[in-house]
Amino acid sequence: MGILSQTIVPADAWAGFKGDKWRDAVDVRDFIQNNYKPYEADGAFLAGPTPRTLKVWETLGVLLAEERKKGVLDVSADRASTITAHDAGYIAKDIELIVGLQTDAPLKRAIMPNGGLRMVENGLEAFGFKLDPSVHEVWTKYRKSHNQGIFDVYSPEILAARKSGVITGLPDAYGRGRIIGDYRRVALYGTDALRAFRLKDFRAIENEVFNDDVMRLREEMSEQYRALDELKEMAAKYGYDISKPATNAREAIQWTYFAYLAAVKEQNGAAMSLGRVSTFLDIYIQRDIDAGVLTEEQAQELIDDMIIKLRIVRFLRTPEYDQLFSGDPTWVTESIGGVGEDGRPLVTKSSFRFLHTLYNLGPAPEPNLTVLWSTKLPEGFKNFCAKVSADTSAIQYENDDLMRPKWGDDYGIACCVSAMRIGKQMQFFGARSNLAKALLYAINGGVDEKSGAVVAKGFEPITADVLDYDEVMAKFDKMMDWLAKTYVKALNTVHYMHDKYAYERIEMALHDRDILRTMACGIAGLSVAADSLSAIKHAKVKVIRNEAGLAVDYKIEGTYPAYGNNDDSVDSIAVWLTETFMKKIAAQPYFYRNSMPTQSVLTITSNVVYGKKTGNTPDGRRAGEPFAPGANPMNGRDTKGFVAAGASVAKIPYDAALDGISWTASATPDSLGRTSEERAKNLANCLDAYTAAGGFHVNVNVFNRDTLVHAMEHPELYPQLTVRVSGYAVNFVKLTREQQLDVISRTFHSKM
Amino acid sequence: MDIQRAITRPPKAHAPAGTHSSTDFGYLHSVESGAAVDGPGMRFVFFMAGCLFRCVYCHNPDTWKLHNGRKITLDDALAEVKPYAGFLRMAGGVTISGGEPLMQAPFVGEMFKHFKSELGLHTALDTQGYLHASVDDEWFDNVDLVLLDIKHSDPEVYQRLTAQPLQPTLDFAHRLQRLQKKMWLRYVLVPGWTDGHDDIARLADFVADLGSIIERVEVLPFHQMGTQKWAQLGMDYPLAGAPTPTPESTAEARSIFAERGLTVF
Repeated sequence: MGILSQTIVPADAWAGFKGDKWRDAVDVRDFIQNNYKPYEADGAFLAGPTPRTLKVWETLGVLLAEERKKGVLDVSADRASTITAHDAGYIAKDIELIVGLQTDAPLKRAIMPNGGLRMVENGLEAFGFKLDPSVHEVWTKYRKSHNQGIFDVYSPEILAARKSGVITGLPDAYGRGRIIGDYRRVALYGTDALRAFRLKDFRAIENEVFNDDVMRLREEMSEQYRALDELKEMAAKYGYDISKPATNAREAIQWTYFAYLAAVKEQNGAAMSLGRVSTFLDIYIQRDIDAGVLTEEQAQELIDDMIIKLRIVRFLRTPEYDQLFSGDPTWVTESIGGVGEDGRPLVTKSSFRFLHTLYNLGPAPEPNLTVLWSTKLPEGFKNFCAKVSADTSAIQYENDDLMRPKWGDDYGIACCVSAMRIGKQMQFFGARSNLAKALLYAINGGVDEKSGAVVAKGFEPITADVLDYDEVMAKFDKMMDWLAKTYVKALNTVHYMHDKYAYERIEMALHDRDILRTMACGIAGLSVAADSLSAIKHAKVKVIRNEAGLAVDYKIEGTYPAYGNNDDSVDSIAVWLTETFMKKIAAQPYFYRNSMPTQSVLTITSNVVYGKKTGNTPDGRRAGEPFAPGANPMNGRDTKGFVAAGASVAKIPYDAALDGISWTASATPDSLGRTSEERAKNLANCLDAYTAAGGFHVNVNVFNRDTLVHAMEHPELYPQLTVRVSGYAVNFVKLTREQQLDVISRTFHSKM
Repeated sequence: MDIQRAITRPPKAHAPAGTHSSTDFGYLHSVESGAAVDGPGMRFVFFMAGCLFRCVYCHNPDTWKLHNGRKITLDDALAEVKPYAGFLRMAGGVTISGGEPLMQAPFVGEMFKHFKSELGLHTALDTQGYLHASVDDEWFDNVDLVLLDIKHSDPEVYQRLTAQPLQPTLDFAHRLQRLQKKMWLRYVLVPGWTDGHDDIARLADFVADLGSIIERVEVLPFHQMGTQKWAQLGMDYPLAGAPTPTPESTAEARSIFAERGLTVF
């Protein structure tokens, strides 16, 4: 018997559970593998919403409508948020099954100045709130923020690159997020055992040389077990003692949710993902059902109630931030399904129950439900997922067959497409650099095409009137070197300071002591850059310069093959760009905390903003025009339909983009088949085929253009209309008009 | 409905081109991937150039002329599909449509043969059947499914609607019955032209008599999306501004088929 089971576990918490390894050390995966029951049939067993569930949801609906009107319903501007800063809060206290809110009232947002005070103040001001003067005083006089630390270090070149937008979205003024605590640990072990375990880790290194690394680790571990104590205290405010393991399904869900709640009370991370909890929770649910103490209806009710909570996770952000990310996303990503290393599907009845909330409560963008798709998933589950997709457009799919060999079978997706082994791995979120703009810098010798400012120093511009492919490539190669160097320097700074001033105490308390860290770089403008190079190579591109001699426009003579039509003559350029930039990143001399460099081809919806910041490009795209999102082909250039587009995207190698490759595909219901069953079957087959072809990720939208146009004119009729964008989903009616038009044009370009 | 006007003043039709008899090359209008309506599952669709019909409601008049198409060899055709073969084997198959594919029957037959033998794909032929007599029974060995478009059940109206006779198409249907070839029957519902109850009932009787080879009937409501193509070709669109069927009339047409035990969409 190990340290945990000897001293702490109440007799009945683990009754009936099999396996040993997980009893002696923190090992949630081992617990799951020993105890879960795969479910291979269809969704016929599912239960609808109870009147209680509907009542909670309707109570909240009134507040949500008010929030839509005001932008932000309320803010607790009187104090900086911590795990224990607020008293208990409820939606409808007497009937809630799963409890816990970020502050003391639903949709009342907290402030978290550790990321940066300015962001908090701007956010408050924009929505008509005022910061308590004492908070202002603390974070100006006594306490430094993450944001201040970073700007103490940044070089003029980083500042210039940031300003021009060749590097954008760096988490230097807000929480980095993309860290998934293993919230399940709290349910399985209770906080006291986790604390004892961390203390053991802490003591294990007390005789080591106290160098920077060891001292930092020891300080962090002290913060971690203190955070676990705070989590216990927070739960006590709701009347629960979570120091011990959960003893039934309701407690397992509540304990897991409390752990997640502590994380979103402490951190305003860009993405605050949940992990992979459904099959873990199913073990508790199944045990209670088998014991005759829980019905299917009650099980669904518990899940519905938890999902309601996850739907109202909120952060105070500025309107500029919301514009960048289209609405108010929190990326409460829950990864569902997948297949185990032993070949058994990790699909349980609770995988269905989670997806079923989209019917019981209606569609919603959050939590960001992500199906880990494998061709080996059971047919019943495949068809169910496809049906939910066709009905709600609220699911994204990621290729479990690609990820399992890299990350095992207990990874989860953080944010949109970033896989990480739960509790064993985290990432340093790196936003992205703009390859399309870097190409313009190569042509203009580092001078910004919009401002005329010198951003990259020491480069010569191209002076020829017609762009020569070899010359452009040689200059672009050097410019990418500069970009990678500047970019990684910025990221090292950001994450050094984030650890120092805005450390994720509770999330990291729910990780192993020794973890893999990735430095998750990213690229934007892949299709614009690939098409531009294709135009230069296959057509004739003339340069148009302004009086200052700056290349500001291009004239294409002839035609060129565009990325997205399954044509190797250009798709190979996109592959080359991805691989080359990854190599240039990996070649950098230093990565903070020995992190492993990776990259993503993902723009979230900042493709609109990236487009704004980038001048005319040699592919014919006009200045300001949005980029395609993620790894998507440019709007309207993928003329061969979505199968060809998907085939192009599937060529981007996962090995060169281990942080994920995002593709958003849309279809009208009619194009998928004549009946609901036929559409589900066809969509499931497409997902199988795309996965088998090595496609990494796909957002599936199924709707008619008319619906979106109508929703744009009558938002009040579509409060829950959900549209999947690059890696996550949004409430269509919360988008700016510009973003709505972008979604419509990029979604329905080729045929109606 | 101004039927008379359409008859007396047909679109500025160019003389129907003759059929194309080579097995080595054919004329392709375009290809398309990513829709699940032209046969089971997701289809890769070849729209072949050339058609003898001049349907008043045609939504692809740009496919009428054979030599407007791009000249392709069998290798070209295979190269188009090959990159998707893995996908299509799992998710659907290939459909050859048009135009009228039987205008180039020898070449199209070769395409089917190789799509089947080399790539192992499900194959569908989308046709109005008029030219079927030009091919022998073996030609259909490599066709898994026929999407047969019967535009009207009254020979006289059929002639006016399409500029060709009805009988060969009906003969073709019986031939498919003899060959026991699976079939989806397609019927475009055009207000004032093809929505007469008795006309539909006559067709439904005929189709029901074909028996188990009919997997489904698809009633396709006429739409106005072809308008632009007529304009681009500088032709007068006989159905410019014509109404599209109401949901009720579409439902009624479907019920006429359904009453005879047919599966209808």
